[in-house]
Amino acid sequence: MADALSLTRRAALVAGFGAAGYLVANATSITQNAAMARIFEGVEDWTRVAQRTLQSKNGLAPEYRPADISPVFKANGTLNPNTNAYNAHVASNFQNWRLAIKGMVQNPMSLSPADIHRLPAKSQITKHDCVEGWTAIGMWTGVPLGLLLTAAGVSPRARYVVFRCADNLTGEPAKGGEQSPGQYYESISIDDAFHPQTLIAYALNGHPLDVQHGAPLRLRVERQLGYKQAKYIESIEMTDSFASIAGGKGGYWEDRGYEWYAGI
Amino acid sequence: MSVRSPLTNFHAVAVTNPVVPPKPTLAVSSKAVFVLMSSVDADSFHGSPREPSAESPTQEIIYRHSGTVRWTHWINVLCILFLLGSGLNIFNAHPRLYWGRSGADSDHAIFSIGAVDRPDGVHGLTQVGPWQFDTTGVLGWSKTNGEYQARGWPSWLTIPSFQDLADARHWHILFAWILVFNGLLYVLYGLYARHLQRDIWPTIKDLKAIPSSIVDHIKLKHPVGEEAKRYNVLQRLAYLGVIILITSMVLTGLTMSPWFNAIFPYTLDLFGGRQSARTIHFLSATLIVLFFFVHVAEVFLAGPFNEIRSMLTGYYRVPRDDAARGPDTTEEKNG
Ligand code: HEM
Repeated sequence: MADALSLTRRAALVAGFGAAGYLVANATSITQNAAMARIFEGVEDWTRVAQRTLQSKNGLAPEYRPADISPVFKANGTLNPNTNAYNAHVASNFQNWRLAIKGMVQNPMSLSPADIHRLPAKSQITKHDCVEGWTAIGMWTGVPLGLLLTAAGVSPRARYVVFRCADNLTGEPAKGGEQSPGQYYESISIDDAFHPQTLIAYALNGHPLDVQHGAPLRLRVERQLGYKQAKYIESIEMTDSFASIAGGKGGYWEDRGYEWYAGI
Repeated sequence: MSVRSPLTNFHAVAVTNPVVPPKPTLAVSSKAVFVLMSSVDADSFHGSPREPSAESPTQEIIYRHSGTVRWTHWINVLCILFLLGSGLNIFNAHPRLYWGRSGADSDHAIFSIGAVDRPDGVHGLTQVGPWQFDTTGVLGWSKTNGEYQARGWPSWLTIPSFQDLADARHWHILFAWILVFNGLLYVLYGLYARHLQRDIWPTIKDLKAIPSSIVDHIKLKHPVGEEAKRYNVLQRLAYLGVIILITSMVLTGLTMSPWFNAIFPYTLDLFGGRQSARTIHFLSATLIVLFFFVHVAEVFLAGPFNEIRSMLTGYYRVPRDDAARGPDTTEEKNG
């Protein structure tokens, strides 16, 4: 009896340590395993629910003093969309740029940057945390997204806000190769869209947005990482699902493996 | 002395702190206490360990580690390995450290790994404060699948081995969750069973013995008899230290999260900003690696079979205190 017990315990021990050793030694190939991908997805869901549960709907991201502003605000991702259409907009100072607000709204709209500048503005000094690890602090000025959405009249069926951007991004090294290029897009929840610090920004540190920082319009959603802060926004679309857009994960980086809720 | 009983080690604190401990703790025999007190006698305290014969009828085996401590220990080891490997891969996405609230390419780095193109080829350079080292082949410029690549830490240290921030983050967050729940279980159990208070927290007497314990460690003398049944002061301080370091890892990790900053901004102030928190995260990890090496070295010096068995089964063969039983001329080293 005791012997049988110690034998199974010994077997369990050997199995346990064998499995752990296998996991450590083969982590790289396991990374690309389909079963592991499902585990990672489960962890992502769990992490998102935990973050959502612990945060209050309108809890504010910390704001900083002017003295804290980074001397140089690092630009990342697309530094210039550099298409013929975009270059023409740069040449005409974005006079003909239009921001479309569409999808599940009562009053679809098409706004010029000048229209947006006339709306009540908000400025905030916040930190921008890149998923890569760096941080830059800057003052953003823009119109609260909630204001635009209220004016457009959001359908009660809408659950997400999708942002379509003018840039096509080439990606970064991943899985031992290069990632596929694609049109940049992003999406956030309705709650985050109506958060008081969520802006459609048109100025950084008191100057109109320059090309590398997303001219003429970009998103600020301050409780999430940098890749959610879509630049060069052409349209804002209310929807109940983003499953049919591009890779179906709700964003350019999300389609390439990053978390949709980028709180951590 | 030869009873195979689940008596736990740590008599000393039971003397100074005679709170009746909850299950499954030690019934300390008055004899054991007596032995301990008499062992303050210099001879037995510094008695050189002897190899007891395997068949020795006087071999004492004690129940040293509870199931919770054993399970949480090994789960923690697995978590630490994965967190270190995936952490280094994440670090490679921006292999620079700063101090303060913010920091990016144009800001002053206090630590960085990079690659520079020179007439004689690409060099990997590592900068630590004002110093710079050529680390070609290991840091900054090293081979992945046989091909040189600009990358901070080399492929054989990172999880996954190729550069992939998204997948490294998946591993990191998976094991961070396990580490947190495992760590909470360990700490809550440790407080409830008074394991932390009794076995890890050093007593005043322990602290006074630091100098002699350091000498013992340098001379590779391992305690025997009653003294071997409890953690020595350097062990206690090391375990306490690593518990604090892991707590610091979790807190600085959360401080890098914009979601966490919005619900609990105070740790940003505590650590001096997000980039300082990132640097402290990295420093704490470095110290955990240091602990890891010293810890495993000590396990091997103290007798790997007996030590590791005790962390697997709970049972520990107490190195015999021959000095207390009279002179012995054998000079074998304890395994
Ligand atoms: C393969 C590597 C490791 C081995 C073989 C190992 C082995 C051991 C052994 C044998 C003990 C018991 C010591 C004694 O009874 O005197 C122990 C205790 C301990 N180890 Fe490890 N260990 C390893 C890795 C680690 C790591 C990575 C950490 C933490 C970062 C760690 C933290 C601890 C702690 C905190 C204790 C005290 C546990 C308690 O009593 O509450 N160990 N280890």
